[in-house]
Amino acid sequence: MLDKTGIAKRISRELQDGWYVNLGIGIPTLVANFVPESIDVTFQSENGILGMGPFPTEEEVDADLINAGKQTITALPGAAIFDSATSFAMIRGQHIQLTVLGAMEVSDTGDIANWKIPGKLVKGMGGAMDLVASAENIIVAMMHTNRAGESKLLSECSLPLTGVKCVKKIVTNLAVLEVTPDRGFRLLERAPGVTVQQIKDATAGRLVIEGDVPEMQLD
Amino acid sequence: MQKRVSDARAAIAGITDGMTLMLGGFGLCGIPEKCIAALAESGIKDLTCISNNAGVDDFGLGLLLQSRQIRKMIASYVGENAEFERQMLSGDLEVDLIPQGSLAERCRAGGAGIPAFFTPAGYGTEVGEGKEVREFNGKPHILEMALTADFAIVKAWKGDTDGNLIYKGTARNFNPVMAMAGRITIAEVEELVEPGELDPNHIHTPGVFVQRIFQGQDYEKRIEKRTTR
Repeated sequence: MLDKTGIAKRISRELQDGWYVNLGIGIPTLVANFVPESIDVTFQSENGILGMGPFPTEEEVDADLINAGKQTITALPGAAIFDSATSFAMIRGQHIQLTVLGAMEVSDTGDIANWKIPGKLVKGMGGAMDLVASAENIIVAMMHTNRAGESKLLSECSLPLTGVKCVKKIVTNLAVLEVTPDRGFRLLERAPGVTVQQIKDATAGRLVIEGDVPEMQLD
Repeated sequence: MQKRVSDARAAIAGITDGMTLMLGGFGLCGIPEKCIAALAESGIKDLTCISNNAGVDDFGLGLLLQSRQIRKMIASYVGENAEFERQMLSGDLEVDLIPQGSLAERCRAGGAGIPAFFTPAGYGTEVGEGKEVREFNGKPHILEMALTADFAIVKAWKGDTDGNLIYKGTARNFNPVMAMAGRITIAEVEELVEPGELDPNHIHTPGVFVQRIFQGQDYEKRIEKRTTR
């Protein structure tokens, strides 16, 4: 079974040289720590920067330089800064090759819910709806089950949707799955030490298992 | 025309109860903190505020929420503000949550004379309910209307007395698009200079969009999430 860092590590293996990538808040942010040295990847933050660097040292902290999670950041050499409309032109116009974000629920047709729990938590969707509606390549990073132990991979989302038929791939603490809209979640890889049966038990939506399912390679 | 005004209090002259305001900023980064303080002091109420966020409890737009001067909030993300959540759940505050990219583009469109546009963001969700749907290239899109405001209030790093503005870092965010969409746009800047002192090649917001400008003193520029390595 993977921890959050393990999920981020596995997702980092999906990155390709030359890609512009948007990372959401939470587990996705950790992906930036594991970019293979052999490739160049540029991180976009939707508040308006390309070429986001690591967190600053205490001396480098600048109130005028934050990411979309409102954390202080640095800008790498070659970075560019722009307004919010230009930022979402990049996203809507499909100039960003990969979006990684968290989710509360994903359906086996690729619907995603991650912005609202009615009556309980209403923080807003931020840029998530724009990102999922336009990105060609969306990976969801999340735990396979919620705190109550219930599956987050469902036949249908129960929470208000963020986007429909948009998620392509899901990396959880248990597995890597591909969304095939006609057939459901196709199991691609098992996390180290996790059995197919454990994944079956933790998945409420349709699960497609074909042949031997290999264990994830992380290093 | 003299665009320069003495301070925030003079800049907000003419803002009255019930008006719609746009306020630049993302989180607490790049917010017009001097004008917000002046609005809090003024007691002007029943405001509709269009801003990406709603500040925190004791800074930014949170100050106007505390004093109950905001009747309606149009934003994309409002976490980090307990008072906001309380007023929203009790029904005291009307809230319209909009996808961030649609919010930015609706402001841009409002300033650019485009009454509405189609976007895929929000299709199939609550955001798309009741909105016209059209398919382009086999993909459904929803119609979003432009936004304008009685006053847009923005914060820039440097400006000149003709209203030309330069922003710094990610404090730019919504400020340029909102500057375009105000019937009257107020700019508060950290450094106000004479025309000619800013390089025309480096201007982010041309002065045509700005009607009032002043230099604020002693910016707090509070950091919401100081994160270091």
